[in-house]
Amino acid sequence: MANLKSRTPCGDLLPLEIGSARLEETDPGHLTVLSELGREGALAAALSQAHGLDWPRPGRATGKEGNRCLWFGHREVLLAGPAPDAALSEKGAVTDVTDGWASVILSGPGAEDVLARLIPVDLRRPAFKMGHSARSLLQHMPVSITRIGADRFLLLAFRSMATTLVHDLKQAMEVVATRA
Amino acid sequence: MRISGKGRIDRSRPVSFRFDGNRYEGFEGDTVASALLASGVRLMGRSFKYHRPRGVLTAGSEEPNALITTGRGAGRTPNVRATVQEAYSGLEARSQNAWPSLGFDVLAVNDLAAPFLGAGFYYKTFMWPRRFWEAVYEPAIRRAAGLGALSGAHNPDRYERAFAFCDLLVIGAGPTGLMAALTAAEAGADVILADEDFLPGGRLNAETVEVDGKPGHEWAAEVVARLRSMDNVRVMTRTTVTGVYDGGTYGALERVNLHRGDRPETAPLECFWRIVARRAVLAAGGLERPIAFRNNDRPGIMMAGAVRSYLNRWGVSPGRRVTVFGNNDDAHRTAHDLAAAGVHVAALIDARPDIALPDAPFPVYRGAQVCNSAGRKELESITLQSASGMQTIQTDCLAVSGGWNPTVHLTCHLNGRPVWQPDIQAFVPDAGAVPGLRAAGACNGVFSTRACLGAGAEAAAEALEALGKKGAGLSVPEAEDADYALSPLWAVAGRGRAWLDFQNDVSVKDIKQAAEENFRSVEHMKRYTTQGMATDQGKNSNVAALAVLADATGRGIAETGITTFRPPYVPVSIAAMGAGAQGKGFAPERFTTSHAQSRRMGAPMIEAGLWYRPSFFPRSGETTWRQSCDREVGFVRNAVGVCDVSTLGKIDIKGPDAAKLLDFVYTNVFSTLKVGRVRYGLMLREDGHVLDDGTCARLGETHYVMTTTTAAAGAVMRHLEFVTQCLHPEWAVAFTSVTEHWAQFAVAGPESRKLVNDLMKEEIDDAGWPFMACGEVEVMGAAGRLFRISFSGEHAYEIAVPARYGASLFRELVSRAEALGGGAYGMEALNVLRIEKGHITHSEIHGRTTAFDIGMERMVSDKKDCIGKTMAERPGLQDEERERLVGLRPVGAVKQLTAGAHLFEREAEAVRENDQGYITSVAFSPDVGSFIGLGFVKGGPERMGEVLRMVDHLRELEAEVEICSPVFVDPEGGRTRG
Repeated sequence: MANLKSRTPCGDLLPLEIGSARLEETDPGHLTVLSELGREGALAAALSQAHGLDWPRPGRATGKEGNRCLWFGHREVLLAGPAPDAALSEKGAVTDVTDGWASVILSGPGAEDVLARLIPVDLRRPAFKMGHSARSLLQHMPVSITRIGADRFLLLAFRSMATTLVHDLKQAMEVVATRA
Repeated sequence: MRISGKGRIDRSRPVSFRFDGNRYEGFEGDTVASALLASGVRLMGRSFKYHRPRGVLTAGSEEPNALITTGRGAGRTPNVRATVQEAYSGLEARSQNAWPSLGFDVLAVNDLAAPFLGAGFYYKTFMWPRRFWEAVYEPAIRRAAGLGALSGAHNPDRYERAFAFCDLLVIGAGPTGLMAALTAAEAGADVILADEDFLPGGRLNAETVEVDGKPGHEWAAEVVARLRSMDNVRVMTRTTVTGVYDGGTYGALERVNLHRGDRPETAPLECFWRIVARRAVLAAGGLERPIAFRNNDRPGIMMAGAVRSYLNRWGVSPGRRVTVFGNNDDAHRTAHDLAAAGVHVAALIDARPDIALPDAPFPVYRGAQVCNSAGRKELESITLQSASGMQTIQTDCLAVSGGWNPTVHLTCHLNGRPVWQPDIQAFVPDAGAVPGLRAAGACNGVFSTRACLGAGAEAAAEALEALGKKGAGLSVPEAEDADYALSPLWAVAGRGRAWLDFQNDVSVKDIKQAAEENFRSVEHMKRYTTQGMATDQGKNSNVAALAVLADATGRGIAETGITTFRPPYVPVSIAAMGAGAQGKGFAPERFTTSHAQSRRMGAPMIEAGLWYRPSFFPRSGETTWRQSCDREVGFVRNAVGVCDVSTLGKIDIKGPDAAKLLDFVYTNVFSTLKVGRVRYGLMLREDGHVLDDGTCARLGETHYVMTTTTAAAGAVMRHLEFVTQCLHPEWAVAFTSVTEHWAQFAVAGPESRKLVNDLMKEEIDDAGWPFMACGEVEVMGAAGRLFRISFSGEHAYEIAVPARYGASLFRELVSRAEALGGGAYGMEALNVLRIEKGHITHSEIHGRTTAFDIGMERMVSDKKDCIGKTMAERPGLQDEERERLVGLRPVGAVKQLTAGAHLFEREAEAVRENDQGYITSVAFSPDVGSFIGLGFVKGGPERMGEVLRMVDHLRELEAEVEICSPVFVDPEGGRTRG
């Protein structure tokens, strides 16, 4: 029996380069929601031990490319990169959501200006530094946004909305390009 | 008339544009108004009501008269102020509210009928017959009166919206604003300086004052250059702050590309900004106010400050023989500047008798007032009256100043009321009206350049302190510090119409008439006369109008008060506010992994919330959707059908207390469900009505997967958040939406197991996988989940795989189903299949039905409590006579049923009082061979076999229907288990 073929959320919609901003799809590895159950800190300790990652405070991200942890909501974080260690399931709820999110990286000198067209969050360098992460809206859709470089942002949006994600970002990139 | 050697225009860069089809020349830096004035054009518009000829009155965004339409075709823009619109090569502008032409306007006949068209005339005139208002009067009035019109076509232009954040927002880049921005910027604060002009500097560009020993405009240019070089400053020109909102949020409109003829197609015309500022300095300056006198609206009569603007900034003299009329010292500058530039000043007329003006190089009339003017389409002469009697002066331009009104508008947007300050006869902002905002300079009633510079520095210092930053200790530069002296003069007494509100044709007489007819409150006066309405919102006339009203009612101005200023400060295009939301930007589109393949198969899509789902999959030879639908129903009943059900909400629930949570939110028991089994569940709202239904599978001891309907996925998530955060925070349970992670497909029909086994690593059979079994499986190399559940009443499964494999699995399933005599089925067939089985959707659980109503009262367990249980036990919700779920089928001559139709006793009149119930879902059932329906009938289950009359008032359809069981196919359920 043949195997099923795999397809990424954005497919051939990306990459795009318009003006001084570039948008590309990225493979973040496994995406796993870790939710605390009961005692506070138990899952954080297991995370630190198994993956060497600090449990991020609200609005923050820890780790680096390939082994990252994003604050994701009330008592929950998103582990991005490695497959979750089995020890984590003993301390909290561990849920695979790898295929649920379209992951894209917006980069370049124009990236901040592009996002300022779509996201109502203060993303200026001093207010949103490396390691800052937010759940917010991009135009009309829920996203997670993390600064992963001086002018690099990681954006996660619902997989089903990947077409709209690219559409909205493309429009903003075009508009910003005309202001250069 | 251009004056050589003057103005901040670039004479090396000429531009050429069209106005009403004629070609005009100007220079870069010109507005349409300045370029037209330079070309000798005075007549720029017709007034709203009387179609009187009007010329430009001001040099700023407050312009009431010179409104033009720019562009052509679908993207044309009406009501553009010629005083704001920059002239550029290729610009096409037209005048408005005139027919057949601006010079000869037929409706100017209205002006002759003026005695009958005073304030409130349409309230009195167009009362009878009543139905004529909408059909005759209003359309006629709208055609005759009005401003520019939209094209009515879809707007093809791009607009933009954006967010910005800063420590300090400085509104206005005149002397006050520049000094405030510089002070804060040098101290390291993140500053946004917004100014509505394209050339920052405010009045410094329009006056001949000196700052720091150099011409004011040079000082301004230097400060702006310094600010632009700083990383912590954003200078936003062409940006009008339009509104103040809660939490330090400001709306602002930027004219991004309205001044460019060569803009790329993707370039936005305007951008609507939402600026969040920790502090703000309002440095909006002031607006000069006219003095009302008879015929004070002729083209050529304009504000004294505007005449200086045209002279000093644009190098244009609006006339060859200019007269100046004022009640304050500021007006004298106009006469002096004109004289110094070599323009003939016919006279300076000051209403005050005791002014000292030695060595004036022009005739000065003290204690005199202009009482009339003459000229057809432009000013030819004025008449003045003084102690020595009447006198006529030949003049083609009259510069008028009745003093200055601080621009307090933004300070009123959070309900602040401005305060009357008698020494300047004007309203000033109520300090603290907007938290975090301080008004400074002219908008705060301080008028000298030196005082404005000082006020700007002081306001910035205060903001810096609040921000916890140290000021850099800039010194305030030297500048003129003249006193501002005036004596109030609002309207010159006399016969005839003296205009107050130019845009709405409101005269002094209209205000007095309103007062006489007892519209004495300023808000009533406004509505009765229309003073202060339309695009300029009375910026030029508000204070004078209420001064006249105060006089007419014998009250003081402070006591009379002022109408409420609301956002926006200037007109804002709806296209700018809603930028990005046109077309595909309106709402996100949610596509399933099978979307592309479904489209390739020709399926029309139907929207389910934000999701797109296939209605049916047409095949060649089929001419109606019903043919496709019937065929697809047949697939499921006779072979096997495949349907993407990924849009249903899927919630992973984990933790030692997961079972407790489910027992609490579902009416039935889930703690007793065996691992590897699925159960149907019903959820109630707190008020006892049905919230949602769906299946819930137990995959492990502490692991469930809940399924919700597509429509209620978000609502159920919210509900679970509420329960776990507010009602039972002590429970050790967590849940995560996995809707997007799994692509899930229903495989239904007698051949379904055969198809499923084609894909599985390990074969399944009835013993291992009975009805309502679930578990983890391997599907063509992918780790998936299999559920033996059915929404069609057939032997059926749902297969879930990670979404990356969804497209691939759908293709495999469909091609294999087709080989077995089946194929893909869409929403139409899915709906028929579930109606045939009496399964409910949100058509039935529409928010007003209870478990009792849908015949599921036995699903509310009496062994435990659950949300909504107590409230559902209220007697009114258990009444046998409630409208309850039944099946319906046609038994009369008319065989069609319609959803939404109501039911009545056969002999009863079809009116609300006789209503017996309504139909929620209908379908043509290929199995039954007729239409069937689900609906709610009073005491329905007790009335089986009874015949009712269906009446659809909307579609004008009647049919006789028999009440029957809601399950039309396989009531014993043998096929599901088989």
